[in-house]
Amino acid sequence: MKVIERKYLENLFDQLKEMGYDLFGPTVHDGAILYDQIESANELPAGWRDKQEKGTYRLEKSGEPSVFAFAAGPHSWKKFLHPAENLLWRAQRTDDGFKVLKDPEPKRKKAFIGVRSCELNAILIQDKVFLNGLAVDASYQALRKDVFIVAVNCTHPAGTCFCASMNTGPGATKGFDISLTEVLDGDRHYFLAESGSSLGDDVLIDISGHDALDDEIATGKKALEDAVGKMGRNLDTTNIKELLYANSESPVWDEVAARCLSCGNCTMVCPTCFCTTVEDKTDLTGQHDERWSKWDSCFSLEFSYIHTGPVRSTVRSRYRQWMTHKLASWIDQFGTSGCVGCGRCITWCPVGIDITEELAAIRNNQTEKTNQI
Amino acid sequence: MPKANIPKLAVWKFASCDGCQLSLLDCEDELLAIAGKIEIANFPEASSAVVKGPYDLSLVEGSITTPHDEERIHKIRKMSKYVITIGACATAGGIQALRNFKDVNEFISLVYARPHYISTLSKSTAIADHIEVDFELRGCPINKNQLLELISAFLHNRKPNIPNYSVCAECKRRGTVCVMVSKGITCMGPVTHAGCNALCPSYNRGCYSCFGPKETPNAASLSRWLLEQGVEKEELVRIFRGFNANAEPFRKESEYYEK
Ligand code: SF4
Ligand code: SF4
Ligand code: SF4
Ligand code: SF4
Repeated sequence: MKVIERKYLENLFDQLKEMGYDLFGPTVHDGAILYDQIESANELPAGWRDKQEKGTYRLEKSGEPSVFAFAAGPHSWKKFLHPAENLLWRAQRTDDGFKVLKDPEPKRKKAFIGVRSCELNAILIQDKVFLNGLAVDASYQALRKDVFIVAVNCTHPAGTCFCASMNTGPGATKGFDISLTEVLDGDRHYFLAESGSSLGDDVLIDISGHDALDDEIATGKKALEDAVGKMGRNLDTTNIKELLYANSESPVWDEVAARCLSCGNCTMVCPTCFCTTVEDKTDLTGQHDERWSKWDSCFSLEFSYIHTGPVRSTVRSRYRQWMTHKLASWIDQFGTSGCVGCGRCITWCPVGIDITEELAAIRNNQTEKTNQI
Repeated sequence: MPKANIPKLAVWKFASCDGCQLSLLDCEDELLAIAGKIEIANFPEASSAVVKGPYDLSLVEGSITTPHDEERIHKIRKMSKYVITIGACATAGGIQALRNFKDVNEFISLVYARPHYISTLSKSTAIADHIEVDFELRGCPINKNQLLELISAFLHNRKPNIPNYSVCAECKRRGTVCVMVSKGITCMGPVTHAGCNALCPSYNRGCYSCFGPKETPNAASLSRWLLEQGVEKEELVRIFRGFNANAEPFRKESEYYEK
């Protein structure tokens, strides 16, 4: 492990740029911490922290120099790897049919800076979804290739976080090239950097710093351990699949459907949700056609439309689909939970519906039922 | 293409501000590209030349507010293969449907010097309340790109890509930070039909619901949440009573809080 003083963090940025990477990371914009292209460590959210609760998100000044003292924001890395709107192909009409026009593939390599452990797990889950054996998604594959990941261990979880329950954080254990733990210790401000790949080794070697001392390692470790206790939510995963499969008719679904707006915000902010719709668009002249994929959501009526009408016409069935897929059938489908406990769906639900509360309600309802028998 | 095969388009106006027809005029450049493929047979806003019906496609703007309108819309239906209504007036009754919540005779006696000359209905209603409509294009005004998409789909005999889910879906796709969650601004996006590409939230404003209710809107839940956040009942009446005040789910919601 290496210690990089705050003033040398810029070295990491310079090094990656020199290696041909475009850098993407957290930056303050429109009252939130968003992921965007950045050039320098000066664009990181220094001195900001977030306050998140169900249906609310606020930034405030922390009075401290930390650059990573916040949790997951409204954007996730999904926006770069699985874009919200993606042109699949274009075609032009010709005399004897049509010709598919090839668009150039993205050439620049991307480095993601500040990826949280929950988000790393979400990326690994989407890898399973999109790069899985027979059904490889070519667009995802091209965008995912050569991504350099600088993870940040979470020492400031939000009120809506519950990665500790999902075993996906707060410390990053796999899938990164470099991981950083930010430490504020008296007047000192430094990062404990660990490499997770040979590429990570190559990058770290050229950055000014020293081998971490035992007490520096201990301080970082303690910050991470304390983070677990700062998480505002938890979710009991005991027999979770069986619980949801056995409760498809729970009265809790009716109760939550009375509040749910079927707006789809939760699925769009979720870093693992992968559903898309495909639109074919001819132009007015009929000479040109484009095929787009766009993020879709199981909360829309059209999502389940088949020949005679939508299968999930009630909001009850749509909420049940979302939660059962995330927490139960995902396990059968991909071998992991579809939820990494990032809390985004709780914070960004416009009416504050909380997946951890709803699951607990289903569990309680089941327990009450069993007790009555 | 022989002239007989060229689809004939007509544009009709009822009680409205002309804004939606202007969106069509605004498509001038795009429509020029297909000048030979569609005949604009009746569009008084653009040209005084009128080609007689029947028409392949009638675009109808405006709401029904007079007995004469009621007769005219039935004639238009008879002359048209497809009727597409455009804009909040035609699809929900428009802002003039605010009269539906009051006694129209009172307005007439206040506004007009000689009220007995005025022949009007007590309510402003959507075209679909009177005739069968093939497609409703929402918005106040309609979105130009959606109109072009609709005409393209019509010309090429395909389904238009005009989804009826929430504005939030568009808002999230473009990466806008939710104004409700991050700033506590009242936003109608979660109950509103997509189509504007979430314009207002991208300028830090809440959605005003120009496009009216989405599919299966849960207006009651949004109201309850807003009340909990300290929004007054009068304000709730006001937000549901905009350009789409007479759309059933919004009408019910504003009436509930008016009591
Ligand atoms: S379901 Fe909610 S908490 Fe879980 S990963 Fe998705 S957005 Fe995060
Ligand atoms: S929860 Fe819904 S939107 Fe998300 S992946 Fe499952 S079906 Fe798709
Ligand atoms: S749970 Fe919340 S965010 Fe998800 S669809 Fe329902 S109201 Fe929208
Ligand atoms: S700003 Fe409005 S439209 Fe956008 S996500 Fe929030 S509630 Fe929905």
